[in-house]
Amino acid sequence: MPILRKPDPARRAAPMRLRGMLRKEARQIIRDPSSIAIAFVLPVLLLLLFGYGISLDAKHVPLGIVVESPSPEAAAFAGAFEQSAYLSPQRFGTIQEAELALITHRVDGIVWLRSDFEEKLLAGAEAPIGVIINGVDANTAHIIEGYVNGAWLSWLQHHAAAQGVEQTLPVQLQQRIWFNAELRSQNFLVPGLIAVIMTLIGALLTAMVVAREWERGTMEALMVTPVTAKEILLGKLLPYFMLGIGGLALSVGMAVWQFNVPLKGSLPILFISSSLFLIASLGMGLTISTVARNQFVAGQVAIIVTFLPAFMLSGFIFDINSMPRAIQIVTYLLPARYYVSILQTIFLAGNVWKVILLNSLALILFCAFFLGVARKRTVKRLD
Amino acid sequence: METPGENSVLDLRKVSKGFADVPALQDISLKVRAGSITGLIGPDGAGKTTLMRLIAGLLVPDSGGISVLGIDAVKSPLQVQHVMGYMPQRFGLYEDLTVQENLDLYADLQGLPDAERPTRYSALTKLTGLAPFTKRLAGKLSGGMKQKLGLACVLVRPPQLLLLDEPTVGVDPVSRRELWSIVSRLVHEENMTALLSTAYLDEAERCQEVILLHKGELLGQGAPAEFSRNLAGRSFQVTLPSLNKRTLQGRLARSPGVIDATIQRTGVRIVMKNGMQPDPAGFPEDIRIEAVPPRFEDSFISLLREKDGSPTLPGASPDRAETNHDDVITVDRIAKSFGSFHAVKNISFSVKAGEVFGLLGANGAGKSTTFRMLCGLLPPTDGQLKVAGLDLRHAPAKARARIGYMAQKFSLYGDLSVLENLRFFSSAYGLRGDAQRSQIDWAMQEFELKQYAKSRSKELPLGYKQRLALAAALMHRPKILFLDEPTSGVDPLARREFWHRIATLADEGVTVLVTTHFMEEAEYCDRLVIMAEGEILAGGTPDALRARVQSEKIPDPSMEDAFVELIKKHETGRNTDADSA
Repeated sequence: MPILRKPDPARRAAPMRLRGMLRKEARQIIRDPSSIAIAFVLPVLLLLLFGYGISLDAKHVPLGIVVESPSPEAAAFAGAFEQSAYLSPQRFGTIQEAELALITHRVDGIVWLRSDFEEKLLAGAEAPIGVIINGVDANTAHIIEGYVNGAWLSWLQHHAAAQGVEQTLPVQLQQRIWFNAELRSQNFLVPGLIAVIMTLIGALLTAMVVAREWERGTMEALMVTPVTAKEILLGKLLPYFMLGIGGLALSVGMAVWQFNVPLKGSLPILFISSSLFLIASLGMGLTISTVARNQFVAGQVAIIVTFLPAFMLSGFIFDINSMPRAIQIVTYLLPARYYVSILQTIFLAGNVWKVILLNSLALILFCAFFLGVARKRTVKRLD
Repeated sequence: METPGENSVLDLRKVSKGFADVPALQDISLKVRAGSITGLIGPDGAGKTTLMRLIAGLLVPDSGGISVLGIDAVKSPLQVQHVMGYMPQRFGLYEDLTVQENLDLYADLQGLPDAERPTRYSALTKLTGLAPFTKRLAGKLSGGMKQKLGLACVLVRPPQLLLLDEPTVGVDPVSRRELWSIVSRLVHEENMTALLSTAYLDEAERCQEVILLHKGELLGQGAPAEFSRNLAGRSFQVTLPSLNKRTLQGRLARSPGVIDATIQRTGVRIVMKNGMQPDPAGFPEDIRIEAVPPRFEDSFISLLREKDGSPTLPGASPDRAETNHDDVITVDRIAKSFGSFHAVKNISFSVKAGEVFGLLGANGAGKSTTFRMLCGLLPPTDGQLKVAGLDLRHAPAKARARIGYMAQKFSLYGDLSVLENLRFFSSAYGLRGDAQRSQIDWAMQEFELKQYAKSRSKELPLGYKQRLALAAALMHRPKILFLDEPTSGVDPLARREFWHRIATLADEGVTVLVTTHFMEEAEYCDRLVIMAEGEILAGGTPDALRARVQSEKIPDPSMEDAFVELIKKHETGRNTDADSA
């Protein structure tokens, strides 16, 4: 029997192995432009796209106005639209012209004052205005509808006042908007986007880099060394955690300085809750990587089960409360839902403990679940 | 349990392993002696890699026991991994890390104490010749150097058992020899035991012991000489100067009692059935038959033939078809660069009608790039190409109709049946109706594919896949056939059969251009060029190339010797160029 060489004392060998794994991963991240691109370039692109390109506010909506017979009353009414920041009105002589403009998307709606508008108004009869709205984009359609109604009402009041008649409305509405007083969609889109970016770095990037090790045959070579499954996982978890925190810092910085999103809550709380979400995402990525052993499959799975849901079902763009009941239930299974809620609270409302703690608790459960599954499923076996 | 005093490092007892009900290994029992180099030999799909992975603890056997140095590899794989080094077939080097960083990683993972590193690193880099390249990215190394770095990584903390899965596959002969000398030295100096699998039968003779696997079964274990001893008196070298070697080989292979015939240097080497003697009757007068000592390869082939029976060889074609000996392919100073990488540097050669012309070289020598340019799949950066008189850059479609191409990887549709693939490829080449039907019938007959007509082609045995690929390339009866590494990964038996078919095609007047990294296959070519690093080192007939390196030291060089010598000369030439510059 050959003498068995004694392995090094475990307490020195284990940190050495972890050091090796971490150093290797860090070097790969630095040298691989695609990791850097996903962690830093993609967030910037997404933030710029969502911050500037996509806005859910209707501003300068092109609106056609048809005044069939010019009269002081009609001109005054049409003028009311021109003062609005939300609309940019265009005059048309006939309804046919305006309809053509609507069909060709030059305007999103038409306000139509018929030739008998003034006559009927003066006669005290009902003087209806015709409103035609392009309903394809329901959101914009609702906004136009609201603006036109508002403009109509306020014009009526002014008109009545000018006539010396006090027209009293039964209810006086006093509006105050909380949390996003300026009603800027950037203020809630940009914080929500951070959740999407963290999902990308945590789940997509991690699943892909593990799959890459399978593809290139490096995983098989690693597995036959004395490295343990736990060390393989930590070797992925820690570097990509750091990368994710880097992406977070970049996103928060851009949110605050580039897009002037208010940050009402505290940074340390933002950091802690983000870390929880990031760990949950990394856990998802590592879990995916135990199933998908090539980069294509890993990427597809990660996008379908983590990125797209984080995008559509987290409440980042679409309000969860207006989703069908069944889909609302599905959203409870998404870590992103809880994180978006934390993010929007910290940015726009401040440290609202009840919201933050409850959602963080959910994130902790996700961390435990996904890391547990990844740990259990990562075995140094090929079958 | 092991009996004391028995010197085995590895002990397998009745090990079986299957994947999804397909048995990969059945009842394997074997022992590997301490301090030996043991070769694991077998055709593709014999179960070599599965066996290695079982020993490395990466797979769990369905039944049976494995112990490595007395440790149960099934129960405590991690402990085994502490004393073992394993180099998988595609060793996973981190290509974006440098040579030094790869070594550092494996030193960390193997737990080599920091204090011991400098001496170990310098010893290993010196041994592998990697010392000047420690700062180079692993991805930028040549194929042979990558393999040596992989070996160095496995050896960074001297293992007691070294497992190497096909370490020399696709590696140039120079690097192959170097890898072998590294392994032999380490086994000797550091008291290691090595188990390595290989597809090169000549390597078996460098092992102290050989384990023969076939279709998951153990065919035998013993010293290579023991295997060949059984074949004493059955191997002969036949020379017949008045006949083309390929024709001679074809005729000998069909002679009664011959179980193996291969072109060997100036003649044909044959192995006879037990108790039969070669019969010169029917051959011209100048035939010479000499008895030669048996090789390991002879016994391997005869063992497999006993197991599987002799294959039916494709029918002999009457005589060499009359062809004019014009150049059908001319390559004039073509070059191809990918960015700053020069894959092919200014090469020229020409191929005559009806010739079998070889491009010989290791992986990465530029063979496939040259091929793709010839087939019009890749535009050359510089130079002129003519195939069948056409400039491929200007009339690629027209030229392509005259050529058949068989790609390096199986490139047929795996989900289509054999018949559907043949139908598709024949219609892609414009065959319709009766012409198509008769061509498909011919292919089914000629390549014996009838039994598999309705099988999905991805489920075919490797040898049949290769037949199908060749059949598909021949559907439109091309006059020029391009074969890119047709025999890579194919076992020795299927390779022999394949070359018989090529010889038959050549006799019918088809011009064949073939790339290979198997040196002995170069003997089947009428002429060949040897390529390395995108350049042509030498060209000519196999005899002429071997004669070029003949010396007192190597009186009867093989094609591999020729290759190694030419590479050496090329490298010293380059060094003197560099010195004088």
